[in-house]
Amino acid sequence: MGPGLDLFAAVAPEGAWTVSALTRRARAVVEAGLLPLWVRGEVSGFKAWQSGHWYFTLRDKTAQIRCVMFQKENRRLPVAPTDGMQVFVFARPTVWEEKGDFRLTVGELLSTEAGGLWQIAFERAKAALTRDGLLAPERKRPLPRYPRRIAVVTSRDGAALQDIIAVAGRRWPVAELLVIPTRVQGDGAEEAICRALALLGRLDGLDLAIIGRGGGSREDLWTFNHERVARAVAAVPVPVISAVGHETDITLCDLVADLRAPTPSAAAEAATPDQAEVRGELAHLGVRLARGLASRSGRVAERLERTLGRLATAIERRLERQRHTLAAASGRLDALSPLKILERGYALARDARGRVLKRVAQLTPGLAFRLRVTDGEVAARVGES
Amino acid sequence: MPAPREPSSFSAELERLEEIVRRLEGQELDLDDALKLFEEGVERLRAARERLTGAEAKVKQVLADQAGKFRIEDFDG
Repeated sequence: MGPGLDLFAAVAPEGAWTVSALTRRARAVVEAGLLPLWVRGEVSGFKAWQSGHWYFTLRDKTAQIRCVMFQKENRRLPVAPTDGMQVFVFARPTVWEEKGDFRLTVGELLSTEAGGLWQIAFERAKAALTRDGLLAPERKRPLPRYPRRIAVVTSRDGAALQDIIAVAGRRWPVAELLVIPTRVQGDGAEEAICRALALLGRLDGLDLAIIGRGGGSREDLWTFNHERVARAVAAVPVPVISAVGHETDITLCDLVADLRAPTPSAAAEAATPDQAEVRGELAHLGVRLARGLASRSGRVAERLERTLGRLATAIERRLERQRHTLAAASGRLDALSPLKILERGYALARDARGRVLKRVAQLTPGLAFRLRVTDGEVAARVGES
Repeated sequence: MPAPREPSSFSAELERLEEIVRRLEGQELDLDDALKLFEEGVERLRAARERLTGAEAKVKQVLADQAGKFRIEDFDG
């Protein structure tokens, strides 16, 4: 401890140190002697300042130490710790010269509670969303079967986008994909995603939206666990498929979406019908169409046949009736035949020219005529009166 | 909110087709109507197939500015 030795050189009032020099020296000694290290303790007196910096005390049963966690470090954390919370901090021991405080500058802070701060933040936001009914199963909307316009909210450069374009384009090229590029991690990602999601309501004819990104660290995925992002997903006017990270990471965004897909490719698959299947369906409909018409015309033909049958019967019956009438008529005709009358004992008188003699005036005395009886003709003459 | 959609979406087309087939398979049609439906069905089938055949995936991107205005352009990623 080379520099430490100087401290003990000033043994007389004339050699007195200034406060600044002392604290500066103390700081140098502390920083040289204690490299950044993990410290465990209980948080108390926590205070977040306007500047975004956090100030708190870490203590155990017998001692305590002031801590600061600057905004550039603490903004990576999902929530602030609360008083009484047991935490681990990775910190650099130092001396704050203005106050003469021995202090820790905290670079990382972990809760010792199950799942840590991340879990706490997640549960807290989830509870708020549940309270507002945004996670209710009955809120889930069905996906359109044949989407025409699909919005994709993701990073422009990620593999997720390429996967979605490839799968959706292969399965259902009928659809148009609208990419809405956005930051998905890091500074400003939360804001950017909310803006992109708000845009969806203004796109004409949109049927469906996919929001997603490929896998990443817990911190990378955290954007999708922000309550604000989850609420923005819930507010999208068309069904949303969420595909954030990989199978094992479920985000709030996944929970709020109408469907959660394990990967971006799976999201594209869920969003689209397979064109081969649709072709098959069309072919099947074609078969049913033809069969429907055939059975319909079959029925008509059957009916026609029945009608024809009835018609034939009717005609036959009518002919039969006419045959009867004809027979009766011919019977009557027969009865009217003069030959039949002769049979009954009548005779027919005709003159030489064959004219029938019906009146006395025609039968002048002496007139020769012929008399037709049933079995022949005889000559006759009118007697003199 | 989105503007009214163009009248013949693929799903509307398919729904109409399914309805035609159902009616044709039903009982209460005379031959004239059946033929008309059949012809419509064939036409719609042809149109739907054509749509699938001609389709080529279109990818566009939506770019918004600070004022909230946006434009849609081809995506060349």
